[in-house]
This record gives sequence, C-alpha cells and structure tokens, in this order.
Amino acid sequence: MKISVFIFCCLSLLLGCTTQPNTSLYQQLGEQAGLEKLTDSFIAQIGNDKQVFHYFEHSNISHFRQGFISHLCSLLEGPCEYKGDSMVAIHTGMNINEKDFNHVVDLLINAMKEQNIPHTVQNEILAKMAPLRGEIIKI
Amino acid sequence: MYIKFLLSMTLLFCSTLTVAATGKLLATPGVSQVEGSAGGGLVPWAQLAGYASEDEWAVNGFCSRADVTDYRLGACGVQLNLFNRVELSYAVQQFDVPALNTEIEQSISGAKIRLYGDVVYSKWPQLSMGVQHKSLDDGTVANLVGAKNTRGTDVYLAASKLHLGALAGYNWFWNVTTRYSKANQLGLLGYGGANEGSHILLEASSAVFVSRELAIGIEYRQKANNLGLGEQDWRDLFIAWMPNKHVSVTAAYLDLGRIAGVDKQTGWYLSVTGYW
Repeated sequence: MKISVFIFCCLSLLLGCTTQPNTSLYQQLGEQAGLEKLTDSFIAQIGNDKQVFHYFEHSNISHFRQGFISHLCSLLEGPCEYKGDSMVAIHTGMNINEKDFNHVVDLLINAMKEQNIPHTVQNEILAKMAPLRGEIIKI
Repeated sequence: MYIKFLLSMTLLFCSTLTVAATGKLLATPGVSQVEGSAGGGLVPWAQLAGYASEDEWAVNGFCSRADVTDYRLGACGVQLNLFNRVELSYAVQQFDVPALNTEIEQSISGAKIRLYGDVVYSKWPQLSMGVQHKSLDDGTVANLVGAKNTRGTDVYLAASKLHLGALAGYNWFWNVTTRYSKANQLGLLGYGGANEGSHILLEASSAVFVSRELAIGIEYRQKANNLGLGEQDWRDLFIAWMPNKHVSVTAAYLDLGRIAGVDKQTGWYLSVTGYW
C-alpha cells in the first residue's frame, strides 16, 4: 500500500499545480481568437470525415461557424450570449446515433489537440458540452 | 486446448469483418478482468466489454498473467458485446503451484446486463448486473483444502462513473461492485468451507486519466475466508494504456495477501485485450 499512497501523493501534487481557479475556460482557450481557431480546426476535421460529413452536407458553413463560436463562447463563460436556434431545433430529424455522436466528440478532441489546448482544459470543455447530448442525439 | 480453439475461431471470424465497433469514446469500456468480464484487473465494472454502442456489437479477446511470490495465474478469454446491453464472456484460468508441481484449471462463463445509464453521459452512474459461473476442471486440490463444491456462481451489481475534468481538469473514474460469492481464491480452491461467513463482498476501483490513453488507478477486492486458511483481501495498483480502439495493455502491482496458507503473495500482472 505504501507505493500506492506515494503515487497518489505525487499525483495530487501534480494535479494541484495545474489548477487555475480564477480564469474562465474562455480565457484559457485564448478568448475569441482561440475559439475561432478551434472552430476552424473542428470544421476541417468534419470536412475530411467520411462517417459524419453527410450530417453537415447541406449546412451553411459560415452559419454553423458563427453559431458554434457563439454557443461555445457562452458555454465557456465568455462575454457572449448565444441567440441561435436551440440544440433540439437544430438536431431534430437528424437521428444522430450514439456512435456518430461520439465520433464527432473524437473529431472535436482531434481539433483541440491540433490547437495544442492543454489536456485538462480539453476535459473541462468536454464536461461543459457533455450535458447537451440529450438535446442532440436520437431526435 | 478448448480456449485456444475458441480464440482462433473468433480471430478467424473477426478477420473476415472489415468494420470494427468503435462507437464508444476511447478507454471508456475499461479493460479485461481476471474472470473474463469487462472491468479493471480484479473487479468487474459496470461497463460492457468492447467499443460497441447501442447499434453495434463487438468481439474482444484477452490474455492476462499474474506472477506472485509462490504462484502463477494465467487467464485467457473472449467477450461478446451485444448492442451495449448484454455482455457474454468465457474465460479459462490456469493456476500454477510450482512448489506442489500442480496446475489447477477453471473455466468461467459470464453474462452482464446494463441496467441503466452511460459511464460518461448519464447524470447517475452506469449500473450493471452480472453473473459468473465457474467450474473447476479437477476438484482434487479444492477437496483437499476442505471446499464444499467444485463449482459456483457469483452474482454482482456494479456502478461506474467517469467524471470529465473532475480532478483539476483530469478525468476521474470510479467503480463500486457488490458481489455474492462462495468462491475461495476466485474458485481456484473451490467453493464454500467450514469457516463460511457472509457471502456479500465489496469491491472498488478508482483511476485518474493522466492523458486520453493512459490511466493510473487502484483496486480493492474483499475476500471471504471460507476455508479458514486466512484468505485476505486483494488490492492492486495499475497503469492501463489504451493507444487506440483496438488494443489495451494493463500492468499492475498486486498484493494478494495470504494464499493457501502462504503469506505475502505480491507480484506483477500484465494483461492485453484486443478489440474488434
């Protein structure tokens, strides 16, 4: 048990040092510029993907881009208010299954890696977005 | 050996398929537990084996090996995930006792059903119920040490949850399992005995993902002392590497306590799972 206690102490030290309590996720992402870069990476990931591209085939890219940026900005406590359509309204009729939803999450993670967003910030962004799943899939 | 035949047939069958199940997020199915269920190394978890989402099925194969001071355990098995609702598994364990020049073999058929939730997305933890029916090939040693039976069925209820970014931004996983079992040392020393007490046992795991691919964690598995040979609770410290949705490798440091009257059984564990 000594080893496990030791490793967990090391781990908690490591975890403790990475905490940034007074900075919003929006700021950690690099504010508006960072948000735009991430969104562009994400759009490129989707554009090159065979599995889920068909969901986006007929969407207006600049409309999606603006909507995604302002929605994420407001989710991550940035200075924006999302005024676009609700998640339910956007995804109704698309019948997105669990597999394709998770694949889009994978693509978003790829985009975040591409933009060198720290692992811990990636997780906190995902934690903010995960509760929306019920308003997106199987409708 | 039967299991090798089964594994090779599964491999042959799977190699003819071009599309593997990939519908879950990386690392979320966990790895393979020593009795064949999806879990950690020692504890079955609420997740079902493999990357099948509710519209897919998946087949996995694994082999594990544990080397402690005076004993060695090898286990290989296969798992079938049907639409992330039902998991079926079959595993064979070989327990070597070099000092006695003896080998004990046990086969385990398992089934698990997901009752509620999703380990990542649901508000409450994912909940599953499972059974493991175990049968010793040869009951000589079990009878010798005073076990009442050479076969038995464990029933368990498991709850698992992955909390995104919960520990200073790192993903944190936990699982708690309660098991009804009469097994002595997984059943390798038979079932039941003169010293039987409660058959309800508690098991738990916890892990932190230091990256998408790498988790470090601990496990605990309560054991009964049915035989009066001082059987002790098991624990381990593990590191699991899941580089993609096709393979995982787990290494662990084991502390299995007293086994068949021999103290301080500590050592190493290595397990590999392949996913199709």
